[in-house]
Amino acid sequence: MIGDIQVDAQGRHRHFLTTEGLPAHTIIEILDTAESFISVGEREIKKVPLLRGKNIVNLFFEASTRTRTTFEIAGKRLSADVININTGVSATQKGESVIDTIRNLEAMHTDLFVIRHPQSGAADLIARSVPAHVHVVNAGDGRHAHPTQGLLDMFTIRRYKGAFAPLTVAIVGDVLHSRVARSQIHALTTLGAREVRVIGPRSLWPPVPEGLGVVPYTDMAKGLAGVDVIIVLRLQFERMNGALIPSASEYFSLYGLTPERLALASPEAIVMHPGPMNRGLEIASEVADGPQSVILPQVTNGIAVRMAILARLAGALPGETKPA
Amino acid sequence: MNIVITGGRVIDPAHNEDQVRPIAIQDGSLLGSPIPRGFSADVTLDAAGLIVSPGLIDLRARLREPGLEHKATVASETRAALAGGITTLCCPPDTTPPIDTPAIAEWLRARAEGALGARVLPIGALTRGLKGAHLADMHALHEAGCAGVGNAGMGVSDTGVMRHALAYAAGLDLLVFLTPEDPWLGERGVMHEGLVSTRLGLPGVPTSAETIAISRDLILVEETGVRAHFCGLSTAAGAALIADAKRRGLPVTADCAIHQLHLSEDDIGFFDSEYRVRPPLRTRADRDALREAFAEGTIDALCSDHQPHEADAKKAPFSDAEPGIAGLETLLPLALRLTEAGVPLARALAGLTSGPGGILRLLAGGLVPGQPADLCLFDPAAPWVPGPDTLKTQGRNSPFCGAPMRGRVVATIKDGRIAYRAAWARETPV
Repeated sequence: MIGDIQVDAQGRHRHFLTTEGLPAHTIIEILDTAESFISVGEREIKKVPLLRGKNIVNLFFEASTRTRTTFEIAGKRLSADVININTGVSATQKGESVIDTIRNLEAMHTDLFVIRHPQSGAADLIARSVPAHVHVVNAGDGRHAHPTQGLLDMFTIRRYKGAFAPLTVAIVGDVLHSRVARSQIHALTTLGAREVRVIGPRSLWPPVPEGLGVVPYTDMAKGLAGVDVIIVLRLQFERMNGALIPSASEYFSLYGLTPERLALASPEAIVMHPGPMNRGLEIASEVADGPQSVILPQVTNGIAVRMAILARLAGALPGETKPA
Repeated sequence: MNIVITGGRVIDPAHNEDQVRPIAIQDGSLLGSPIPRGFSADVTLDAAGLIVSPGLIDLRARLREPGLEHKATVASETRAALAGGITTLCCPPDTTPPIDTPAIAEWLRARAEGALGARVLPIGALTRGLKGAHLADMHALHEAGCAGVGNAGMGVSDTGVMRHALAYAAGLDLLVFLTPEDPWLGERGVMHEGLVSTRLGLPGVPTSAETIAISRDLILVEETGVRAHFCGLSTAAGAALIADAKRRGLPVTADCAIHQLHLSEDDIGFFDSEYRVRPPLRTRADRDALREAFAEGTIDALCSDHQPHEADAKKAPFSDAEPGIAGLETLLPLALRLTEAGVPLARALAGLTSGPGGILRLLAGGLVPGQPADLCLFDPAAPWVPGPDTLKTQGRNSPFCGAPMRGRVVATIKDGRIAYRAAWARETPV
């Protein structure tokens, strides 16, 4: 069995692969650092020199606009040199293995890889194969984890709600296939949220919801009752072709977040969505654009949180090496 | 050549034998006990402190030939088998091309004979090309030396075809090897569906993939009366179905890959692809139930389920890594390790000798005077560590690499010839 490799023997944060097992104080430190980076984006000159001279490669084996762009902006605001490579799955089609691709890029003196890959565990595999001075950030691996998204969502929740302990959070949709949900759930349970619910059709529940420490619901009205935070997940269109749900219209009729359903939650509830949204499928436009929606601030916050994580791994922050 | 083995503790589960006695081999065949007057040995092997058992029989080992010679060859793997104490092994039909014609079966047997390794008994295809549509020439395959027929891991999803195939095989009194995995539930998964798959976000294979397949096939076995051997049980529920079928008197047997009795889904840790196997590692409760099922005889045989790979096959994200463990040389020590969990030594050895021998109707599962001498001499206490320096198999893919083992083969005798002698033990007895 191989264990967690995010933190080295000296307690330094080497890779950022999952929110599972991250101590609460580490998460809080990252959120605090991100808070200090928010102002950078609001200045005339949106740059700090923390990663000057460092090479970051955004290596995306799967399409992405938002995540890749915010990582690129985060790297550039830290003054790093950022290269984007979108290989799709073409590299594997050419017979070049993931590890070979990494080796080649390593030979070009990359300091930090930001990886997205369609297979669960890919970022972990890459982190195990790079030399000690190279860092890996998981920007989404299969259904497993999307930890920077998870933390930017924690950042957003904290900005609007303050403390985590009194919060009931509902995650609505396809949790089975969602790396975002897994990363949010681990972070929320670590930060001590009172209750985390997942709401969706039984066929899209994770196999053992209790194993994640969440309470599953199939009934939207019961699941949303009194919640403080609603996170709506994107429903992938390809799920429609399987036998998991019958149709888009039936899904929306049961699980679409409408103003009427939103009214069942706490009046101060916020609505989040990791994007990109399918309006009229999982969320009604009135809700997405309504006063309780914090979906666009999530994107803005994503840059600051990703800056905090990149700077932390590269060792550019003072006092971030508190042992676990 | 005449050989006498002296001072060894002879354990022959087929005949409930466990005693220190000499064993004599004359012109390749076992002599009875006591050794007849006038026998004179050309070679004397001192087996003091060692256990002498019938040569081990492995019901499932991939040799990778024909078709995947970059992973391993008949020569490399049959010699590795001897180093593991295995004198007879069955090779599943999922080669490229599959073993669905007598020519391939004969080619494989000839290749094995030339390699001077363990004896190879191919398993013929149940359906042509393993495609699950047309019956293979089962009689011809049997004539060509196949130990039975099966569809390996390819499954036969069409129940009508399966029913015809089993009826046809029953008419010829052929042994059918069944690999119980419902294709609709099993194909997309890469690990046990449960707590760990939930955590890792890996697609799971539910327990029902195994129990549905076993249930369907048991009904067809009952209907056709075919001799059926269920390969590679992985779940407690699956073992319970087999136990019930045996109680009802159905002609069924079952085996379990040895790693299923020692590992569980928890061992996957953070995506360790060495633990990717098919059927997948299940829960610790399943593992314990399988041990129990073996101890009480529901599971008749233990096998290596040997699947050697080149290094690159495992250097991929978990789902893309190829399943399987190279297990020929760890089969014996891992079976011996069951004694630490309370399984009697004779029972552990029965799973490697009389158990599989009985399934294949081979006399070689026990020590029978007049039969070709297949023997395994091992030191039950010898410590060793599997790894590139100690393993003979071409596949180095094993989660047991680096894990200390106890129990190691000192010599393997096949057809009355000393076919393998461990380099590490040359200084010591034998």
